[in-house]
Formats: sequence, structure tokens, C-alpha cells
Amino acid sequence: MPSLGEPVLNARGIEKYFGYNHVVRGLDLELRRHETVMLVGRSGSGKSTFLRCLNFLEEPTAGVVRIADIEVEADPLHDRSRRHQEHIRQLRMRVGMVFQDFNLFPHMTVLQNCIEAPIRVKGKSRAEAVEIAERYLNKVHLMDKRDEHPARLSGGQKQRAAIARALSMEPEVLMFDEPTSALDPELIGEVLKVMEDLAHEGATMIVVTHEMHFAREAADRVIFIDEGTLVEEGPPEQLLNSPQDPRTQRFLRRFLDSGASGAD
Amino acid sequence: MAYGHASSDIGQGASDGRDPIVDQIIRSGHQRQLTFRAQFAITWLILIVGIVYLLAGGRRGLDGDFIVEWFPFILGGAATTVAISGIAIVGAVVLAIFGAMGRLSVNPWINGTASLYVSLVRGTPLLVQIFFAYYALAEVGLVLPGIVAGTAALAFNYGAYMTEVFRAGIQAVPRGQREAARALGMRERVVFWRIVIPQAFRIVTPAIGNEFIAMLKDSSLVFVIGVGELLWRAQAAGRPNVRIFEALLVAALVYWILTIIFTLFQERLERRMARADR
Repeated sequence: MPSLGEPVLNARGIEKYFGYNHVVRGLDLELRRHETVMLVGRSGSGKSTFLRCLNFLEEPTAGVVRIADIEVEADPLHDRSRRHQEHIRQLRMRVGMVFQDFNLFPHMTVLQNCIEAPIRVKGKSRAEAVEIAERYLNKVHLMDKRDEHPARLSGGQKQRAAIARALSMEPEVLMFDEPTSALDPELIGEVLKVMEDLAHEGATMIVVTHEMHFAREAADRVIFIDEGTLVEEGPPEQLLNSPQDPRTQRFLRRFLDSGASGAD
Repeated sequence: MAYGHASSDIGQGASDGRDPIVDQIIRSGHQRQLTFRAQFAITWLILIVGIVYLLAGGRRGLDGDFIVEWFPFILGGAATTVAISGIAIVGAVVLAIFGAMGRLSVNPWINGTASLYVSLVRGTPLLVQIFFAYYALAEVGLVLPGIVAGTAALAFNYGAYMTEVFRAGIQAVPRGQREAARALGMRERVVFWRIVIPQAFRIVTPAIGNEFIAMLKDSSLVFVIGVGELLWRAQAAGRPNVRIFEALLVAALVYWILTIIFTLFQERLERRMARADR
């Protein structure tokens, strides 16, 4: 695993309200190159919303996000100028996102899914985009499915195609929002394996997950979030084996009790 | 030997894994389906012959010579009918896409314009709109040939109804599709035209088919401004010969057959699309 480099993502003071519901309460995150951070916590703890604030799929109520060379501030009243909108787009070009329910484009083949944005957003030539896409389709072991439509793929294949699509934009940071939660149990492994390989090869990743075993294997740092705030963070062995905060302890104990993938 | 024989017997019975009763049930199912279809067809035949006989045969009989003589002329109008409907449906789809964009726009000027269009067109009869396009526009200096005015009025009218269809189709594209496209850095225009519209189009394709089939028949209204389509030709052939019954019968039959052809075509298209999806 390559050693950590300079900071590539920096989020400060992220807040998010849905109506009067205060979902994210002042979260900060700094991510260094080659680092893999996993966000864990109960459903509804605000970790997914926090992730979606980082690329402005949710407009944060307050805070500022910097990814690589682009910094964007929250604009809760939506009176952002055109130039600001363009900044958000520039920021999104630098983060790849993988969703819980894949969101592959069903009217395009796997390959078209992977080259659409590089061509339309980055202005790459078709040949160049195909070359890059095929490299990543190989990486996720889907080269043989490159001309299939998503409807013909299994859940695990869909998610791997979605990972290849995100990688084909060659982003600085990859974000995963519960990438295995919509999968049948027997298909989770193939997706986690791909993600683990990426982490070990030095990709910079933020992963929202309930897979504790996976966090232990692939994370550099685990962050436990509860009720929109950061409760505890640390290397996986430390946070998962000897959590300090009672809330973290209670959360992990419930995971072990329910027999979820917490135990080795 | 006896065992061997018995087991091979059972083996044959079980080799395709089913009991003889299964074959019997399936066969009787097919049989019932065939009987149903035959009786269904006979019902249609009896009813059609009966209706035609009651309407015409009882009085003076059908003029077969007239039908044979004028059938090609009236049928020729079907080409115009299909052409007008085809062009008008394309125009309507284009109008509907922009109408739907307008109805979904957060810009009150654009939204207001699109909503007024839908409200005005849906609030007035198609026939009035056809007259308007032909006579009223001519009065203010825009003189359009009948076929252009008629086609435009049909496109305009159907565009308004289909605006609502497209709006629903666009809203039926899952939100995650837009999010994924935006997350990749696509501009709103690219998101709309490359990701949302192709999927909305697939959702509304059956509805477009229905609208087209309805339009085939509504296009008969343009005969009032002298467009030589199916109904106009039937009138032109029937009136001077005092054979309006025969002429309208032929026209009705042609409309009906056109409808059946396009319905079959649409069903096949829908089945193919259903297979392509999940």
C-alpha cells in the first residue's frame, strides 16, 4: 500500500438541514492521497448525506469543500451564480461516485456508460475514451460484458460496471455510498474484492459501509458517525477492537450480536 | 430382466420429467383456446355482415360496381391520411418535449408560456383550431395551403396533450439517473438530452403509438378545409354519384384497417422493448 500523500480533499464545517431536521452537524474531513476512509454508523446517522454534500448532490446548509484545486462553499439559498455552478461541475469531475443502487444508464451498453462522461465532459476523443474505459473494465473483470446492457448483468456485475464508469473519469477521489447494500449476499464479495484491490493499489477513497470486516481489511481510517457528528475515528484495528466512546461500543456490539460481518 | 424392463419404462416416463396428465392438461388448454378464437371470429363476421345488411341491404342493396370503380380513388386518400398523421405526430413529439421542459421549468416565464399553450389548446376544439389555422391566419396575412394548415393544427393540438405525457415520462425517470449523470460532471443540458430524454422516450413510446392511432382518425377533420385525404375523397366520390353510404363504408373500412395495422405494429414494438428491458 503506497504511503499517504498530500491532502486531496478537505471538507470543513459541513452542516445539512432537511427542513428543520438537522442531519449533519458540523462534520470535518481531510483525506490524503492514497488514503481509504470508511464512514460507519447506524442508518440515518447522516453519513450518506455527508457524502452527498461533498459533491453537492445535496446542497450543504453550511460549510466548504475543497477537492484538489477546486473549492466550493455552501449556498443554501440557491442563489449561486453561473460561475459557481460551473465550480461545482469542476469539483464533480474530480470525484467519482458509486451509488447504492448502481444508477447505470439502462439505455447504454457497459462501455457506453463508461465513455459517455469522458467524451462529453472531459472532451476526450472516442478512441481515447474507449482505451481508458477498457483498461478499467479489465480492472473490474468485466471486459467480456462491455457490449451488454445493464439489464443483462447481475447485481455484482452492475456495481462493478458502475465502479468502472467512475474510474473512467480518472477522478482524484472515489466515493462509495453503501455500494453493497442493494446486493444479494452472495454477490457482495466480488464487489468488495474490487474495492479492496483499488484501496491497496493506492486509490483515494471514502466509503460509507456497513461491512465491518471489509473496513478492517481495506481502511486506513474508520470514522464512526452518530446523529450527524463525528464520535470517534482511528485506524480500523483501534476503532473496531477497542472503541473508546460508549456510543461506538454500543454500535459495534450490536453488529457483533446480530452476526453481521463484524467478527473475524 | 423384469426389473430392467420396468425401470426403463419408468425411466422413459420420467426422462422428460412429467406425468401424462400434464400433456393432457396442456393439450386441452390449447384446444379451448382454439375454440374460443374460432367462435370469436365467427361472432365478428356475423355482426359485420348483419350491420351492413341492416343499414344498406334492407333498403336497396350495396352498389358493388360503385365500390369496385371508386375503391382505388378513395384508397389513394389513405396515403395522404398516413402522411399528414406521420408528419403531425413528429411535430407533436417535438412540441411535447419542449412543452414538457417548459412545464417542468423553474423559470416562471417559461413555465407560464408552456402552461398557457397546454391550457389554450386543450380548452378549445380541434375543429376550431383547424379553421383558425386555415381561415383566421389567412385573414391576418398568413396564407397557408390547406394541407400545411391542417397538419400544423394537428401537430399543435396533439403536442399539447402529449406535453403532459412527456412530462410524466420525464418525471418517471428515476432521480438516481440524474444524480449519477451530475456526479460525473455533466452539464444540465447533457443530463437532459443524453440521459433523461432517451429513457423518457422509452417510457412514453406506447403512449406515442396510441396518440398516432388516434391521430389517424382525427386527421379526417382536415377534410373541412379541402385537404384531399381519405374522408374528403370518399365525399368527393360519393356525393355526385349519390352513393354516400358505399363511399363512407369504404372510408370507414380503410380507417379501420389502418388502425389494425398500426396497432399490431405497436404491439410488436412494445413486446420488443419489454424484452430489451430488465
